[in-house]
Amino acid sequence: MGKPTGFLEFNRKANPSRPMRERLADWDEVYLLRSDQMSVNQGARCMDCGVPFCHQSAVIEGAATGCPINNLIPEWNDLIFRGRWKDALDRLHHTNNFPEFTGRVCPAPCEAGCVLGIIDPPVSIHDNEWTIIDKGFENGWVVAEPPGSRTGKNVAVIGSGPAGLACAAQLNRAGHLVTVFERDDRIGGLLMYGIPNMKLDKSVVTRRIDLLAAEGIEFRAGIDVGRDLEAEELIDQFDAVVLACGATKPRDLPVAGRELKNIHFAMDFLRANTKSLLDSGLSDGNFISAEGKRVVVLGGGDTGTDCVATALRHRAAYVSQFEILPMPGTERDNENNPWPQWPKTLKVDYGQREAIYTQGKDPREYLVMTRKFEGDADGNVKALRIVTVTWEKDEQGRFFPREFPNSERVVEADLVLLAMGFLGPEDYLAEQFGLERDPRTNIKADHGCYATNIDGVFSAGDARRGQSLVVWAINEGRGCAREVDKYLMGDSYLP
Amino acid sequence: MNSKQQKGLYRPEFEHSSCGIGFVANLKGRKSHKIISDALSMLFRMEHRGGTGFDLKSGDGAGILIQMPHAFFADICPLEGIELPEPGKYGICMTFFPQQEGPREACRAIFDRSIEEVGLSLLGYRPVPSDNSDLGQTSRESEPHAQQVFIGCPDDMDLDTFERKLFILRRYTEHQIRQTVADGGDDFTIISSSHKTINYKGQFTTAQVPLYFGDLQDERMVSSIALVHSRFSTNTFPSWKLAQPFRYIAHNGEINTIRGNINWMRAREALLKCSAFSRDELEMIFPICDERASDSANLDMVVEMLVLSGRSLPHVLMMMIPEAWQHHTTMSETKKAFYEFYSALMEPWDGPASICFTDGVLVGATLDRNGLRPSRYCVTDDDTVIMASESGVIDIDPATVKFRGRLQPGKMFVADLAEGRIIADEELKNDICSRQPYRQWIDNGLIYLDDLEQPTEEHLQPNQERLFKRQLAFGYSYEELSEILAIMGRDGKEPLGSMGADNPLAVLSDRPQQLSHYFKQLFAQVTNPPIDPIREKVIMDLRTYVGGFKNILTESPEHCCRIAIPQPVLINRHLEKLRYADHKHFQTKTLEILFKADGLQGRLEKTLARICRYAEDAIEDGYSIILLSDRGMDSDHAPIPSLLATSAVHHHLIRSGKRGKVDIVVECGDVREVHHFATLLGYGASAVNPYLAFESLVDMCEKGILGEASVDEVIANYVKAINDGLMKIFSKMGISTLASYQGAQIFEILGINQEVVNTYFSGSVSRIEGLGLDQIAEETLRKHRKGFPLRGGGGKVLDSGGDYSWRQGGERHLFNPTTIRLLQEATREGDFEKYREYCKTIDEQSKAAYTLRGLMEFQSTKKPVPLEEVEPAENILKRFATGAMSFGSISWEAHTTLAIAMNRIGSKSNSGEGGEDPVRYKLLPNGDDRCSATKQVASGRFGVNSYYLSKAKELQIKMAQGAKPGEGGHLPGHKVSGWIGRTRNSTPGVGLISPPPHHDIYSIEDLAQLIFDLKNANRDARINVKLVSETGVGTVAAGVCKAKADAVLISGYDGGTGASPISSIKHAGLPWELGLAETHQTLVRNRLRNRIVVQTDGQLKTSRDLAVATLLGAEEWGVATAALVVEGCIMMRKCHSNTCPVGVATQREDLRAKYTGKVEHVITFFEFLVQGLREIMAELGFKTINEMIGQADCLKFRDTVEHWKYSGLDLSPIIFRERSGEEEGLYCSKNQNHQMDEILDWKLLEAAGPALEKGECVEGSYVVNNTDRAVGTLLSNEISKRYEGAGLPEGTIRFKLRGSAGQSFGAFAVRGVELELEGDANDYFGKGLSGGHLSVYPDSTAQFAAEENIIIGNVAFYGATGGKAFIRGIAGERFCVRNSGAEVVVEGVGDHGCEYMTGGRAVILGPTGLNFGAGMSGGIAYILDESGEFPNRCNMGMIELEDLEDREEIDSLHALIEEHHTKTGSTVAERILNNWERWSRQFYKVMPSDYKRMLNYISKVRSTGKYSEENDIMDAAFNMHIKNMLIETQARDVEMNIAQVVHSQ
Repeated sequence: MGKPTGFLEFNRKANPSRPMRERLADWDEVYLLRSDQMSVNQGARCMDCGVPFCHQSAVIEGAATGCPINNLIPEWNDLIFRGRWKDALDRLHHTNNFPEFTGRVCPAPCEAGCVLGIIDPPVSIHDNEWTIIDKGFENGWVVAEPPGSRTGKNVAVIGSGPAGLACAAQLNRAGHLVTVFERDDRIGGLLMYGIPNMKLDKSVVTRRIDLLAAEGIEFRAGIDVGRDLEAEELIDQFDAVVLACGATKPRDLPVAGRELKNIHFAMDFLRANTKSLLDSGLSDGNFISAEGKRVVVLGGGDTGTDCVATALRHRAAYVSQFEILPMPGTERDNENNPWPQWPKTLKVDYGQREAIYTQGKDPREYLVMTRKFEGDADGNVKALRIVTVTWEKDEQGRFFPREFPNSERVVEADLVLLAMGFLGPEDYLAEQFGLERDPRTNIKADHGCYATNIDGVFSAGDARRGQSLVVWAINEGRGCAREVDKYLMGDSYLP
Repeated sequence: MNSKQQKGLYRPEFEHSSCGIGFVANLKGRKSHKIISDALSMLFRMEHRGGTGFDLKSGDGAGILIQMPHAFFADICPLEGIELPEPGKYGICMTFFPQQEGPREACRAIFDRSIEEVGLSLLGYRPVPSDNSDLGQTSRESEPHAQQVFIGCPDDMDLDTFERKLFILRRYTEHQIRQTVADGGDDFTIISSSHKTINYKGQFTTAQVPLYFGDLQDERMVSSIALVHSRFSTNTFPSWKLAQPFRYIAHNGEINTIRGNINWMRAREALLKCSAFSRDELEMIFPICDERASDSANLDMVVEMLVLSGRSLPHVLMMMIPEAWQHHTTMSETKKAFYEFYSALMEPWDGPASICFTDGVLVGATLDRNGLRPSRYCVTDDDTVIMASESGVIDIDPATVKFRGRLQPGKMFVADLAEGRIIADEELKNDICSRQPYRQWIDNGLIYLDDLEQPTEEHLQPNQERLFKRQLAFGYSYEELSEILAIMGRDGKEPLGSMGADNPLAVLSDRPQQLSHYFKQLFAQVTNPPIDPIREKVIMDLRTYVGGFKNILTESPEHCCRIAIPQPVLINRHLEKLRYADHKHFQTKTLEILFKADGLQGRLEKTLARICRYAEDAIEDGYSIILLSDRGMDSDHAPIPSLLATSAVHHHLIRSGKRGKVDIVVECGDVREVHHFATLLGYGASAVNPYLAFESLVDMCEKGILGEASVDEVIANYVKAINDGLMKIFSKMGISTLASYQGAQIFEILGINQEVVNTYFSGSVSRIEGLGLDQIAEETLRKHRKGFPLRGGGGKVLDSGGDYSWRQGGERHLFNPTTIRLLQEATREGDFEKYREYCKTIDEQSKAAYTLRGLMEFQSTKKPVPLEEVEPAENILKRFATGAMSFGSISWEAHTTLAIAMNRIGSKSNSGEGGEDPVRYKLLPNGDDRCSATKQVASGRFGVNSYYLSKAKELQIKMAQGAKPGEGGHLPGHKVSGWIGRTRNSTPGVGLISPPPHHDIYSIEDLAQLIFDLKNANRDARINVKLVSETGVGTVAAGVCKAKADAVLISGYDGGTGASPISSIKHAGLPWELGLAETHQTLVRNRLRNRIVVQTDGQLKTSRDLAVATLLGAEEWGVATAALVVEGCIMMRKCHSNTCPVGVATQREDLRAKYTGKVEHVITFFEFLVQGLREIMAELGFKTINEMIGQADCLKFRDTVEHWKYSGLDLSPIIFRERSGEEEGLYCSKNQNHQMDEILDWKLLEAAGPALEKGECVEGSYVVNNTDRAVGTLLSNEISKRYEGAGLPEGTIRFKLRGSAGQSFGAFAVRGVELELEGDANDYFGKGLSGGHLSVYPDSTAQFAAEENIIIGNVAFYGATGGKAFIRGIAGERFCVRNSGAEVVVEGVGDHGCEYMTGGRAVILGPTGLNFGAGMSGGIAYILDESGEFPNRCNMGMIELEDLEDREEIDSLHALIEEHHTKTGSTVAERILNNWERWSRQFYKVMPSDYKRMLNYISKVRSTGKYSEENDIMDAAFNMHIKNMLIETQARDVEMNIAQVVHSQ
């Protein structure tokens, strides 16, 4: 398969990004696709391993390694190398309903597992995937494929994020009539409002949703099940119900001053921005502007990064990003974090790069804990009191942060964004359905079977798993669809 | 015969035997007792070719066949009250009766009655005087009661009729007794029944024959013919009747196709008709063959039938064991016509065979087409003909010898005592072949497929959707398309893979399997050699016939009226020709092999019954070809697995006696891989049309996936790949023709229940039960439903499969991301808990049934013991070995890491087959030892010289390798770097071929010889024989033990490999559980277990695996793949492409630099394995490993298995506990007696004392005879020990010997040793010559012309690495095979000269045989062939013929011939030297192309003057080669890329 010596001949080449000046001035996607020949060479780097670690869906020490949806990476890498893009697309779609999403937003645990990573930079799997699907759309290969016949069964899917959409797509393919409920005004959940446009252009999302609709899925936006529609009613109307409503309860920071104005959850900030962008090109003003403000983002994850990038596009005066954990190393620690584990190394993402470009340095500070917020007379936040911490182990061996003596200092801020993760699904829905929950408040259902304690009610995605990656959501959506199909029909042909 | 009852895994039908044979005869028919006594002493002198069991007095069998000694009986009989008529008017049935009185009387009563029924008269019974006092225990336990039954000939009966009546009497009586006498009827045998000959045989050692049968010592007993046989059997069970000779023949060899031959004989019985026998008489004879008798016995039975029905004995043998005629370049048309005619009549009885035969008037011998058994003869001036497996077995005055010859492959020679002369092959056969106008008959009768009319109907390529449905319904995977079919279609070759098979057996797999996957290919090991189908293609033949058989008892023009098909893969066009064949003799009936896809129980069974019935009807209706087709598959009808349908019809028709009238052709969608074709052919199909494979290829071709090739080319490539693959599969069993493979059922079934096997695959071995018919139906339906789903949702592309590479949701693998990671982390971090997790993951996987052991669980029979009381880890660590991996297949770093680790913990690493760099014999500064304790001796013998052998603690003879048993290997030139070339004693850049067989092991007695050679080469080393698990490996292991190996390794089929065809990795051989258990049980039962260490390997990964292996009988374990994983291997499975990214399996320097493996990690791993094992031992209550070995009752079959597929398995035969005698025990507790105390070398060593001690020159002369084997080997070992690789200065030790030297003369002789032999020598002359000098010339008193006579045997200078030798006279077949350094002069050679040679020089001053220079990649041969035939006799695959031009070269050739003259007094040399100018121009120079290229590079590098070190020159030349090669491939790549871009647009 492929070119046996490709990895010895070609270096890794990732997708290029647009020039800073240009991209900071608009909301278009940051990355561009490589040339065809470059993609062919990148495909050739794949070694077609007998045991492709990229293709496994594993979680080691809490982090994913390998592809959670078991993308057939060696196979499509080979097909890319041979220039057989259509075949590559078919094999990609075999495991992944939405490669255009994962190709853009997935942190690529596959590359962590890539065997070539033992000795060289891994194969650029993420970018290869993106290239395949975009070529597919470009060539008109991605078309709606409605099922040949209908089973007569109805399924309700609550939530139109990646889990809900994947589940709906698969169930529809098996011939069930699927209705997707979304409480927001637009379909797409996290894909629509959770991820900013420069990372995932919303036309990419709607393009897929249009395809799904053309395949026969009914989308009902603006219906908040549990509030607008009773659970009982739903159970009556549908042969099965899938809860894929995400883990949208944000983690708060209950410190003094939290009630001050201009302290927002990151999601509120991002959602409003995208909505206003889509509604009016930000002309309606219905968003939280960071323009001219000193912005502090609390949380060093991907959402934090999105906040940084969004704030910079608002032309914030200055953006800082605080993280309570220590700064990871730049090289993999082969003793404690060996291949194929997810490498806990410092990642400089697009947002940080943009901050470096505009502000001259990485916006992130590590080992920072916020003690309190301070405000002005009008109740607007003005500053944060922060301390430096060190991480120590308690008696049970658990790490906890200890304040570094005399490290308290004040950071001025006009806008604070809390991007510290999510706790679990909203309570009202689960309560109304009478669902059991796990200790982390997620809906209780086992991975692989997805059935909740209520007959005919299933749950998948972040709602069941807790906050996670888009690609896990797709994994869960597909798996859940298979289980629902079996539940309805006794068996399933779904891959 | 209670000991033969079936318990455990042992089955008597697995027994093999092999032997020494010979005869003595007087050409003029003068009878004497001396003929008999000479023959008996000949027998005695071949004792080393026979075997003995646990007690040395119990031989494997020996006997003698002589003419009826009338004078003797005329004297004796009156004393017994028997009145004897004149000679010829009576016959004797030499009969073994049961020992017990009751059954004996019952037999006698039936016998008496039968005599009457046949119409003969009883003259009387004579109990044969016998003396059993010298017999061993087992012989005595089963001793029969021998009687001679004298039968009178009615007055009006002619002698031929009388002989036939005696035959009928014998067959009829035996059938009657076997059917009616319950207790002991099986023991009854009539060993001869003739008025011309009589047979004395039994389970004897050779010396016991005349001691037991006093008759033979009686001087009155005279004969002019005496044919003898000594048997070396792999078992020691009672086998009086299997001793030879039989009635007409003594057979040294093995009929590999016996199962098919028996079935076909049975199929033809209904057609038999001849004037010699009435139909009633035929019914009394049938069945002609006896499934329970040995292959040789069956061969004899058919010979007898055919001879008595009117053909001459030589004619019959030509029918049954034909020469390779199809590709023969020099055979006469008449003879080809004869063979072609008979190929349409009867399939060859294929396998290595040397056969001596007599009908009492003529005596002769013939050899199989490949010449795989030695046969030497000589004629003396008193008209005595002596023919035997060896030369020198009777002492004769050399001055009386008129001629010394050998039998050549496929040739026959006959001494006709009636005519009083020897009839040579050519005359004999010419006479037989011109009796009938065979050519004309063929021209008129035989139809070639091409001649049939092409019908207009054709199938169109289905559209994408339909194709996809079909692919799904027949279980195609993406992997099969892209990794197997595409490769075959594009490259015309079967793809390669590497590492082992770590996925579940078919019966344990959750993925629907092909039925073929339950069938495991059998292969030859030890008892017969596999063939090289590439280099010895001349003997392979894929022709097949359809149209029904004819009566083989007669011959006529109609007999060849069949359709000849050149090869068995029918392309669509050809199939249509057959389907619509409309000919006066042939019509085809198409039967659909579909069953209703409703899943009802019993549906498949009913359908099969119906198809069988239809087939019978078709025969009644006059059809002679049955076409089984599944093309009609639809949503309601699923295809019956084509293998099942074919075999069902085949066996049904055999049973109903109609099989002979039709042939079966199959049109099926499920067949695509080589193995699938092999199974269909092996169960009776004549030809196969794999339409879906074709459609898939056409589809890929049209999509441009297969490069530039056209559809026709792609199909042709695929057919070629299948054909080559088939030949490889046949040849791994030592079968050379499709005709004999067809129906031969060379498979063991794994996982199908007995009921199904008995009904549909009758006669196949299936030992652990498994699927029933309904489960087979279910498995088929699961695939069918995918293609025709009841509703939507299915995948839009094919599933990956995951058989060859791991895939989530595909086939499961023991080594997967999780287990690899855990093992690496555990050993790197020294974390035993993580190791436990690793074990748990694997062992629990085992419980989800990956392996047979996964279906077992421990059960304690004893009280647990505290862990501290279990023997310490240090002791147990010594029991480990790593697998044999060569430096070449893995990197220097990976190889030495293993060696150091294993040496540190006192266990054994293995050199593999690539030799060893002597730098490793020196300790490292820190005391670490890189020397491989085990050194392998494989078929290529790379780097195997005296010094290498001397540096071993164990020498392992690799008979087979789990990943590709029965196959050779090919290390391509670009992998033979300077370093590897050096280590392998070859030239860098020149490819190296390992032949499939060891050319010095064609039989069990040959193995005994190699063991003896190696023991002489290093008597401190343990000799280990590596076998691969397969049906019957236990009996082979028993033979290996009797051949005096110290250890035997039973490898699982699933072991690793650096490169192997992927079908071999999966489909050949068995898991070690079966092989090990069978071996242990058989050894215990044979009371041999305590003489040999049993080792096992193959996917051993955890402590639990070790415990199971120990309980099943292994005292040592080999762990290889897991150790490599610890070193960093991540199971790329790309070892064959030299791109291992972690530096383990690569020779590239840049990649070797990435290697990170550590000695400490490897040691940790083995310590963990032991730690876990000790815990299991404690739990089971064993304090030592020895206590634990073979305690199979500590294992049980998990009773919780509830899988739809494998709940029907029955593992009880595996965990059957064979009880041992108290004195023997269940593990190795005593040493083998290698019988080296008396060898000649002790004398030589003593005489060489001053040379060894002080380097003084010594001389001496000695007498040798054929029992002096491996002369000079032990002496050389002593020199190597002291003087390492350098040896002694040339000429230091000179010994002169006189007589007929035994086998392996001068084997591994080192520099400084010079052996001069006056007389002649046997096989393996100069084997492994390591720098010594040998010369041989005929006895000075001999009268014959040396250059016209044979002087040394077959396979001379096999694997020689250096030295010189001069042979005045002709050598046998395979001269200089794999020579890599010796310079040799000889005056003529047999077939396959210089095969696989890689270095050195061979000068041949006389004629050569066929296939010269096959696989010759290096070295130079100079041939002076005056006949001008030489170019026709060459295999030009790798060589070029040149003229001699270079002056320097001519001079050095002159010098060599001059030396030949000096050393041997050769008159040929003298003649040439006297007119050198003329003769030197007559030489052909044989130059291997690759070698020439490399010599050119080397001389270019040398001429630059840049390098002074030889090693640097070699490296530079190699680099030059690689660079030039890259330029070539890049040019090709560019073309390919252009092609791709064009296609993708």
